[in-house]
Amino acid sequence: MSLTYLIKRLAMAIPTLFGVAIVVFVLLRVVPGDPISMMIPPGARAGDIEHLRALYGLDKPILVQFGHWLLAMLSGDFGISISLRQHVLGLILSRLPATLELSVMAMLFASGLGILLGVAAVYWRGRWPELLVDGLSGLGMAIPDFLWGLLFILGLGVLLPVLPISGRLDPRMEVDFTTQFYLLESLLRGNFQVLGSLLAHMLLPAVALALPLTAAIARILKSALKEAMAQDYILMARVKGFSKARIIWREAFRNALVPTVTLSGVQFTFLVGGTVLVERIFSYPGIGNMAIGAVIDRDLPLIQGLVLTFAILFIALNLLIDMSYVLLNPRVRHG
Amino acid sequence: MSEISRRHFLQTVGAAGAVAPALGMVAPGRAARAQGSKALTIAYNVNLPSWDPTVGLSAVNPTIQSIYKSVFDQYIDQNPDLSFKPGLLTKWGWNDDKSKVSMTVRDGAFWHDGSPVTAEDVAWSLERAGDPQTGSPIQFVWGKIGNFKIDGMTVTADVKEFEPTLFKWMAFLTGYVMPKNAYGKLGAEGFEKKPIGSGPYMVEEFERNAFVRLKAFPKWWGGKPAFDSVVFKFVPDATSRVAEVESGSSDLTIEIPYEEYDRLRVKTGFAGASTPVSDIGMIFITNIPPMLDKNVRLALHHAIDKKAIVDRLLRGYGVPIDTLEAPQYAAFDPSIKVGYDPEKAKSLMAAAGFSPEKPVTFTIQTTRGFKPKDYEIIQAIVGMWRRIGAEANIEIYEIAKHFELRAQHKLAPAAFYNWGNSIGDPSTSTGFAMFGPSPHSAWKTPDVDAMIGPLWGEKDEAKRIAGYKAVDRYIADNGLVIPLFQYVQPIIYRKGLKVVPHVANYILPQTITPA
Repeated sequence: MSLTYLIKRLAMAIPTLFGVAIVVFVLLRVVPGDPISMMIPPGARAGDIEHLRALYGLDKPILVQFGHWLLAMLSGDFGISISLRQHVLGLILSRLPATLELSVMAMLFASGLGILLGVAAVYWRGRWPELLVDGLSGLGMAIPDFLWGLLFILGLGVLLPVLPISGRLDPRMEVDFTTQFYLLESLLRGNFQVLGSLLAHMLLPAVALALPLTAAIARILKSALKEAMAQDYILMARVKGFSKARIIWREAFRNALVPTVTLSGVQFTFLVGGTVLVERIFSYPGIGNMAIGAVIDRDLPLIQGLVLTFAILFIALNLLIDMSYVLLNPRVRHG
Repeated sequence: MSEISRRHFLQTVGAAGAVAPALGMVAPGRAARAQGSKALTIAYNVNLPSWDPTVGLSAVNPTIQSIYKSVFDQYIDQNPDLSFKPGLLTKWGWNDDKSKVSMTVRDGAFWHDGSPVTAEDVAWSLERAGDPQTGSPIQFVWGKIGNFKIDGMTVTADVKEFEPTLFKWMAFLTGYVMPKNAYGKLGAEGFEKKPIGSGPYMVEEFERNAFVRLKAFPKWWGGKPAFDSVVFKFVPDATSRVAEVESGSSDLTIEIPYEEYDRLRVKTGFAGASTPVSDIGMIFITNIPPMLDKNVRLALHHAIDKKAIVDRLLRGYGVPIDTLEAPQYAAFDPSIKVGYDPEKAKSLMAAAGFSPEKPVTFTIQTTRGFKPKDYEIIQAIVGMWRRIGAEANIEIYEIAKHFELRAQHKLAPAAFYNWGNSIGDPSTSTGFAMFGPSPHSAWKTPDVDAMIGPLWGEKDEAKRIAGYKAVDRYIADNGLVIPLFQYVQPIIYRKGLKVVPHVANYILPQTITPA
C-alpha cells in the first residue's frame, strides 16, 4: 500500500464525513421533538421561549444554522451540549476511550475464540466438535448482543453473582487517572488491583458484544480453511508428511485469513454500533450510553458530535481493515 | 495437537479462581457489603448531567434533586410529608403589607471547603437566580425580589412583584444556596469539576454516566449522616437496576416495575417501602373538537374506572384522584368527586349525539414505557370509552414530542402525561397546567384564565387556596382535564436498612440509617 493510496483514502473520507454531517444535521431538525420545548420553565412567556431559541441559535434558518455549525466544527468547536452544558468535543473525548477499550476487548475476545473454534471445526472435520462449533456459532449469531447482555446479567450477575454488572470500575476504588484510557494506563502503571476491577467490569459487556462476531469469525474461517485445505499446496504438504496441525496453522491458515478479515471487519463496525445498547444495559460510561441520553434529551449538538464520531470510527476501521490485507495477502502488497 | 486433560483443565480453572479475587475481579457489591454498614450504594435511575442545581435544564429535572439535596442545602427544606422545615434559613416571612421579605440565615453552617455559610451567600444566590443573564429557569420567581440588604445573619429584600409561593419555591427546583466565594474563584466550569455545597455529603469522585461517590460532611449542621460513604450508581435501565440490588451490588433502588417490587419485597434479605408521591397521571384535554362539547368531556371522565386501572394495571400502587391536587397538596378538596358512572357517561354521550353505534372519533396521544404501564393504561381507557360511544385512536409519541406539541398548543384532543409537584402548591399543579397563557397548558379558555389569573398575586393565603379549590371544582364540573391517579414510588432495599419514603419522591441518603 503506497502513501499515495493512503492519502487518497483519507481524502475520500472528507466527502463521506461531509455527507454524514448534512444527513444528521437535517434529520435532527425534521424529526419530532424540539429541545427548547423540553427546557421551557413553568412560568415562561413567549419572549422567554424565543430568548432560549436564540440562545442556542435555533431561531435562524436551517441553512444558516448548518453553516455556523460546520464552520465552528472545522475549527474544532463542536458546540455546547444543551443538557450537560459543556463542550461537546470534551465530553466525547472523555467518554470515547471507554468505548474504544470495550470494543477492542470485545474484538480480541471474538478474534481469539472465533479463530480457535474455526480451526477446531476443521481439525475435527466430520466429527462431533465440528457439529458443536456449527451449533454454537448458529446460536451466537441468532442472539443479538443486547440479549446476551441481559442473559449474562441474570446468569452471572444475579443467579451466580461472580461479576459486576454495571459501570466501568468499582466506585469505591481510590484511583487518580491521568488519561481516560483506564485499562491501558493501569496496565502501564502496574496497578493490578485496578486492572482487575476494570477487566471484571468489562468482561460481561465485552463478551456480550463479542459473541455474535465470534460466531461470524468461526463460520467464515471454517469455510475459508476448508477451501484452502482443498488446494494443491496442501496436498503437497501432506505428501511431505507434515502433521495435520502444522498444515492447518502453517500452510492454510494465512490464506484463509484474508476473507475472514474482510468479513469480520464489516462485522466489527456493527460491534462498535452495538455498544450503544450494551453500554446502556451495563451502565457502562462510553459514548454509546451517552448517545441514548442525548437522543432522549434532544441534545442536538451532542447527537451531531456523537454521530460524526461514530462515522470517523467506521472510516478509520475500514481503512485499518484495508491496510491489514496488505500484510496478509502478498498479491495486494505487490500488485 | 495435544489434548487437554480433565485434571489440567481443573487446575487451570482453580488457579484463575485464586487469582481473580487478588486482582479485584469479584462482584463489587459483595465487597462493599462486607465493608460494614458505613457504606451505602444506591442504584439510581438517571444520570447527573450537571453539578449546578440552579441553572440549566438539569436544575428543573425533578428526578435528580435527590443528588442535589445530598450535596447542597436548600433555603427551606421539606419533611417526608411535604410540610416545610428550616433549611439554611431558620426564619423567613413577609412584612405586614408584603412589600418586603426577611430571612434569617442559620448560624453554624459550613461550606465543604470549611468556610462558614454567610448571609452574603444567601443574598448573592438569590440575586444571581433573579438575574436573567445567569440562566436560571425559575428566574420568573426569583426576579420578583431585589435590593438585598444584610444585617448580621439577616437578609432583607424588597418585593418587586408579589409572589405568594416565593418561600415554597425556596424548597423547590433551583432553590439552593450556592457558595459566593468558591463559585467566584472556580467559575462555572471549575464548579462542575469541584462542586462545593453545604449539604450532608461532599463530592469525592464523579464519573460522568457511571457514578458519584459522596463522603459524609462532618460539619453539616444537621449532624453527621449515618453512612460515611454513599455511592449513587447511574443505572438507567430498570432491569439492570433490579439485577444490581438482587446481586448485592447495590443496597437500594427505585423506579422498578411493580411486578419486580412485589417479587423482591418478600424475598429473603430484602425489604420494600412504597408511598404515594407528588406525581400524578392525567389526560390533558385540548380545547378543540370534539372536546368543545361539555357532555363529551364529562362522559369521557365518568367512563373511566380509575380504581380498576390502579388495581389491575398498577397492582394497587396508585391512588385514584379527581382533581390535579393529590391528598398531600395544600388545595386538596376531598369533596370534589367525579366518579365512575358508565350509565351517566352513556346518557351524556347520547345528549351529545353519540352512541356505541355512532361513536365520536378522536386521537389520544401517549408515551410508551416512559411511565409505568402508560400505554396499557391508555389501551384500557380506550376500551372503556368504546363502550359509551367514543372511538379513540392511540398515537404513540416520545416525551420530547409531547413537550413540543404542548408548547405549540398542538396536542391531540386527549393526551396522557404525568405532572410532578413536590411542593404541593396549587399554582404549580392546577395553575401552570390549566392557565391559558402558560406554555404547559392544553385547555386555554378565558373562563378558566379569569379564575386563575387573580390568584397568581393573591396576598391572602387562605383566600388563594380557597380560590384554587374553586378552580378545581369548576374544572371537574366542566371536564376540562382528566386526572387519573397519584403514582406510588416503589423502593427496594436490603434488610438492615431503615428507609423513610418521601412524598416528594426523594431518596435522601442522609435520612437512611441502619435498622
